Amino acid sequence: MGMTITEKILAAHAGRDRVEPGELINVKIDLALGNDITAPVAIREFEKIGVDRVFDRERVVLVPDHFVPNKDIKSAEQSKILKEFARKHGLTHYYEVGRMGIEHCLLPEQGLVGPGDLIIGADSHTCTYGGLGAFSTGVGSTDLAAAMALGETWLKVPESIKFVYYGEMPDWVSGKDLILYTIGRIGVDGALYMAMEFTGPAVEGMSMDGRLTMANMAVEAGAKNGIVAPDGVTRRYVEGRAKRPYVFYASDPDARFAREYHFDVSKMEPAVALPHLPENVRPVSEVLNITIDQAVIGSCTNGRMDDLREAARLLKGRRVNGNVRLIIIPGTQEIYRQAMREGLFEIFLDSGAAISTPTCGPCLGGHMGILAEGERCIATTNRNFVGRMGHPGSEVYLAGPAVAAASAVMGRIAHPREVE
Amino acid sequence: MEIKGKIWKFGNDVDTDVIIPARYLNTSDPGELAGHCMEDADPLFAKKVRPGDIIVAGKNFGCGSSREHAPIAIKAAGVSCVIARTFARIFYRNAFNIGLPILESAEAAGKIQEGDEVAVDLEGGIITNITRNETYRATRVPPFMQQIIAAGGLINYVAERMKKRGDT
Ligand code: SF4
Repeated sequence: MGMTITEKILAAHAGRDRVEPGELINVKIDLALGNDITAPVAIREFEKIGVDRVFDRERVVLVPDHFVPNKDIKSAEQSKILKEFARKHGLTHYYEVGRMGIEHCLLPEQGLVGPGDLIIGADSHTCTYGGLGAFSTGVGSTDLAAAMALGETWLKVPESIKFVYYGEMPDWVSGKDLILYTIGRIGVDGALYMAMEFTGPAVEGMSMDGRLTMANMAVEAGAKNGIVAPDGVTRRYVEGRAKRPYVFYASDPDARFAREYHFDVSKMEPAVALPHLPENVRPVSEVLNITIDQAVIGSCTNGRMDDLREAARLLKGRRVNGNVRLIIIPGTQEIYRQAMREGLFEIFLDSGAAISTPTCGPCLGGHMGILAEGERCIATTNRNFVGRMGHPGSEVYLAGPAVAAASAVMGRIAHPREVE
Repeated sequence: MEIKGKIWKFGNDVDTDVIIPARYLNTSDPGELAGHCMEDADPLFAKKVRPGDIIVAGKNFGCGSSREHAPIAIKAAGVSCVIARTFARIFYRNAFNIGLPILESAEAAGKIQEGDEVAVDLEGGIITNITRNETYRATRVPPFMQQIIAAGGLINYVAERMKKRGDT
């Protein structure tokens, strides 16, 4: 019996020839990650263990990104804990405001994660790096503390579900729409504890940005990880970027999958997830009459170059509706610079949008665009839970950058071709 | 450990933003977090809950973010145990790691009602509904996770391992 890509990466890091779904295994980790919310708790726990150093100062990465630039005194205190810990332990990868980015945009871009890696992070969207063909998953702060000390963690080998996306991608449909559609089909616990393997011609034809978007939201289906087998697109992305050697794995033809889904993307439309669960997905044409107060383009799901370019394509020469605030948040300093070079900022500013320094900000209702009671936002983020972006009586609609940009122009949820 | 308390019942897919909204995550102080526990589902929960009370919920409890602040808030609010049909995976790990007892039982999640008086035998995985005079079985906890509990949480477990490895 063959193995899936997820099983192969886990086996390699457990020092074994093979692993079976359901087994509890100890694995070596290539990298451990924490942010300004989860790392302070992890550091407090780490200090209780009684060791005086981290397992490898080049493999513990701290990125203050959620509330930075610090929004208030309390968050400043949290960030300070990270800075002091990074200094004390000589961490090579601590990213300060001005050099940082949203962690899951930043780590792939900086070549800190690569194909075949095993990564854990105290952030649920750590699963993003599956887009590169890595096994990566989110854990809590105490797990991070243990991993920072040991360089190991324990995991249960997940069963895998295979998703095959075929057919030609319609215009304005992107990786975000595919993953929203998928979550709409299987539900927010449809892949609970499992690995989601994204395959098929539509994924093979997708850029790295699109793949990272898809893997990013695996957790929204309850999955442990999402993964795309590395290929030529991956090679071009990691060459000259990866800071460590990488390995390309692929599932064997006779690998075991618990379930298989085949989706024809040519029949898809841009998708929107209605409040208050990411599984409440509709084709955009069914929800066109919903007015909005705010649109957010950014986050670890859709804060990359492809996303900003797609938004710019629609915003060029158009104005944001008078009733709407459009907030655009490039995911990293590099993306910020690149967007500026390509002239996207000119387009955004002309349209009446605000451009923010990289931050999670409104995605988790932190700062930089909080909603009042009764306000509605269309966002390229990943969660639309009650109160996620502000007041418990506000609403978040999830979509890709094209729908978000078109909606900002129309003042209501809109199909991109309505403004095209 | 004897667990006995009154039930607070919640539905399916209770997410970590409901358990502890992100607007309060600029602190990790358990007492402060407890004051906002379950706030967006029931603004008065933190005031009404009594030490020892038990939360019962449907499927996928704790879905969403990895924030350990969620089980910390529940524990610090005085809740002695969470029983659900299923748990989201990061929440499941976190609860064990910080020592918040949790049990999976579809039967208990279905039959227990708000306000019931319930006793829990953690080792045996037996849930007794005193109000309705019923008992339910919970899914067995894997032996490895029992070791973590026996060590008093993951940090103690790791500290012991490091000692054996001679790292400290
Ligand atoms: S952008 Fe949003 S989902 Fe991504 S890491 Fe930040 S808060 Fe979490």
